[in-house]
Amino acid sequence: MNIELKNIHKHFGKVHANKNINLAIPSGTIQGILGENGAGKSTLMKILSGFIQADAGGEIILDGKPVIIHSPADAIHHGVGMLHQDPLDFPPMRVLDNFLLGRSGGLFPNRTTVARDFKLLAEQFDFSLDPDSYVDSLTVGERQQLEIIRLLWLGARILILDEPTTGISASQKTKLFATLKKLAEQGMTIIFVSHKLEDVEHLCHQAAVLRAGELVGEIKTPYVTSKLVEMMFGKEITLGERQPAQAGEVVLSFTNISLEDVRLKIKNVDLQVRAGEVIGLAGMEGSGQGMFIRACAGLTRPVGGRVQLNGQDLTGKSYHTYKHAGVNFLPAARLEEGLVPGLNLTDHFVLAEEPKGVFIDRAAGQKLAEDRIQSFNIRGTPLSTVESLSGGNQQRAELALLQSPLSLVLLEHPTRGLDIESVIYIWGKLKERCRQGASIIFISSDLEEILQYSDRLLVFFSGKVSQPIDAAATSVEELGQLIGGKGWANMGDEHA
Amino acid sequence: MLKGRGGGFLFQLIALLLAFGFVSLILLSVNASPVDAYKNMFTGSFGSMRKFAEVLVAFVPLLLVTAGLLVTFSSGLWNIGVEGQVVLGAIATTWVFRYFLESSLHPAVIITLAILGGMIGGAIWASFTGLLKVFGGVNEIFGGLGLNFVSTALTIYLIFGPWKRPGVASMSGTVPFPAEFSLSQLAELRISPWALGIALVGIVIVYFILQGTYFGLRLKAVGKNFRAAYLLGIPTWQYSMYSFLICGALAGAAGAMQVAAVYHRLIPSISSGYGYLGLMVAMLINYKAVFAIPVALFFAALNIGSIQLPILMKLDSSLSGVLQGVLVLFVLLAEGARQKFSKKA
Repeated sequence: MNIELKNIHKHFGKVHANKNINLAIPSGTIQGILGENGAGKSTLMKILSGFIQADAGGEIILDGKPVIIHSPADAIHHGVGMLHQDPLDFPPMRVLDNFLLGRSGGLFPNRTTVARDFKLLAEQFDFSLDPDSYVDSLTVGERQQLEIIRLLWLGARILILDEPTTGISASQKTKLFATLKKLAEQGMTIIFVSHKLEDVEHLCHQAAVLRAGELVGEIKTPYVTSKLVEMMFGKEITLGERQPAQAGEVVLSFTNISLEDVRLKIKNVDLQVRAGEVIGLAGMEGSGQGMFIRACAGLTRPVGGRVQLNGQDLTGKSYHTYKHAGVNFLPAARLEEGLVPGLNLTDHFVLAEEPKGVFIDRAAGQKLAEDRIQSFNIRGTPLSTVESLSGGNQQRAELALLQSPLSLVLLEHPTRGLDIESVIYIWGKLKERCRQGASIIFISSDLEEILQYSDRLLVFFSGKVSQPIDAAATSVEELGQLIGGKGWANMGDEHA
Repeated sequence: MLKGRGGGFLFQLIALLLAFGFVSLILLSVNASPVDAYKNMFTGSFGSMRKFAEVLVAFVPLLLVTAGLLVTFSSGLWNIGVEGQVVLGAIATTWVFRYFLESSLHPAVIITLAILGGMIGGAIWASFTGLLKVFGGVNEIFGGLGLNFVSTALTIYLIFGPWKRPGVASMSGTVPFPAEFSLSQLAELRISPWALGIALVGIVIVYFILQGTYFGLRLKAVGKNFRAAYLLGIPTWQYSMYSFLICGALAGAAGAMQVAAVYHRLIPSISSGYGYLGLMVAMLINYKAVFAIPVALFFAALNIGSIQLPILMKLDSSLSGVLQGVLVLFVLLAEGARQKFSKKA
């Protein structure tokens, strides 16, 4: 099926997530969509698959006919099926029941016919799926296979895959690619959204690169990797004056740490963080850095290895033990994890302090809040509820909650979505902590920020962790390649 | 902010009028005069000192239950099991009284022990719901509801089994306790000033816990954002358990009052539905302790005032329940409407 997207715009409030996107994908093509986090890939795909609607004026044309897609169900009706990064299936149900869901019409499904269809489709692509097993017993790769044949069965002629190679095994990936190529030969249109350069280079006939909501370029095979990286991350990088750390004693020490969740395995990481040092964690979202920083906070228990903080063994201890030992973690989801909506700033500052007695001294709390509001330059009053603050001010409020003294500050996307003034301010405050002897580990998808503020950095790719890289000795280009999964072969020797 | 609160009051007033209007329509549909009905309910509850004393008798357990529920609601828990916690409070109180039937201890000591026993009984029963929630992953609504049924069955078993009256067991309950086991009552009236005092102390304590203590603030943080509270260093599941224990103790005290000050024995419907009614009061006051006393009194008055309706007007006394239920629904509806309006403004 031919796809044409014309003048697609999408605003979320002030954010312009898609800016005038025009893209044509002929039938039988495997189209790669590349871009870093927040580039607008998902927004564009959600528009095509009916999850959200584009701003007025945009057009989606399928096989020459303009269509308006109201919902995902509508999309599948038009032949557009989307495979999400986290499969949208129903884990407590059987494979066949999942397969059936989404099929309209008929009060009582004819299970025998459906089972036959299922078997035929699975055989066609050489998938070994047991229709009677439960979905939660399946691997991510198998759930993906289930989703693919389900969408095909529902009549999809366009298949959108969002980061499909994350969390699946090498053999499943080979099978997936073979399946996609076969489908393309049959005239299906495949849209492959990824940040993995290698996958796109292997699989896609052509690729489109998005950056900051705009379509910055289209390339056909063969690709020049450096060109892709340049398009994805931009070129003009202006680094200010870096402030190297006066490294002190070892604060945090990871020995042979292994971590695991359903998607990723991180194996045998060794890391020593010194007082005053800033470590940046780079990588596409979901590459393992989130799990890693939570392990530093004691929120994720390592499946192997030892954690030491200031010489004290904290392996397997709870988050609250880590907190008492001087580790603070500021999560990215401010209103979901960091702050308590409904409570005001005074409440938050009082909560973060050690209780003195049973009753709260209101006057002292008020005073504390006024002091913090002033010293952290928060635009709000002691009685402002946190949800009434702007994002930047919520971030400042989170920073103002950090206890004192601290050994280790862990931050997820400390400046995401903030204006430049807030960014500089927040890093000023953080560097102050470093001078007082705290170490900082932070996640950011902004490579400039990582290069600017970290002393050393780790790159994550599909659960692989690089050796610590000296931030002064690397470049956006090199990082971009590593983040996209390139140049890992010689990593081990270079930095060992 | 003041404007928001004033606006909220206006919406609640509208809700109150709508509720009375709606119930009036129901009354008109059965050819009964709404004015007469409301008038009878008013005189039935405030018409004489005796009647007002009856209102207070209902007010005591209702206020205690509401006080407890304010704690669980603050920590984000739907303690529907409060009904069973009242029952277990009553059972535990009865057990203590029976244990000391032959004792030579001063009755005041025995009564104190019995009330404490009731509070402990309610707290233990609440802890079951809490443990199921924290360690078993059972939603507190399901756990609590299940335990409510168990508590009813337990009461019936005790009344018809181990604690049955000599000779023949009966639905009228266990053998009444001797007069000295009663909380002293006002002359000619059924209300015990002690029971009233305990209930008022209960709500005042809860008010101060929630308004002015670190404990209360932490409870609220847990209730409003469990995850963030954990990350802020609050031992979250422990706080959930504490709030169950406190609510259970207060509900248990309500059960103890039913035994020690009202029925002087264990009867099958000892909780009289005050647990569920307390849930409605808590929702109606939007979980704010300051309004608990007037609203609980109002609900108690509706309950008592409607008792005379079957005789006077051939209306069922469950009319009070209809009015209470409709009122809660309209208030919740008004709250939703208010939020929608304030968002647009």
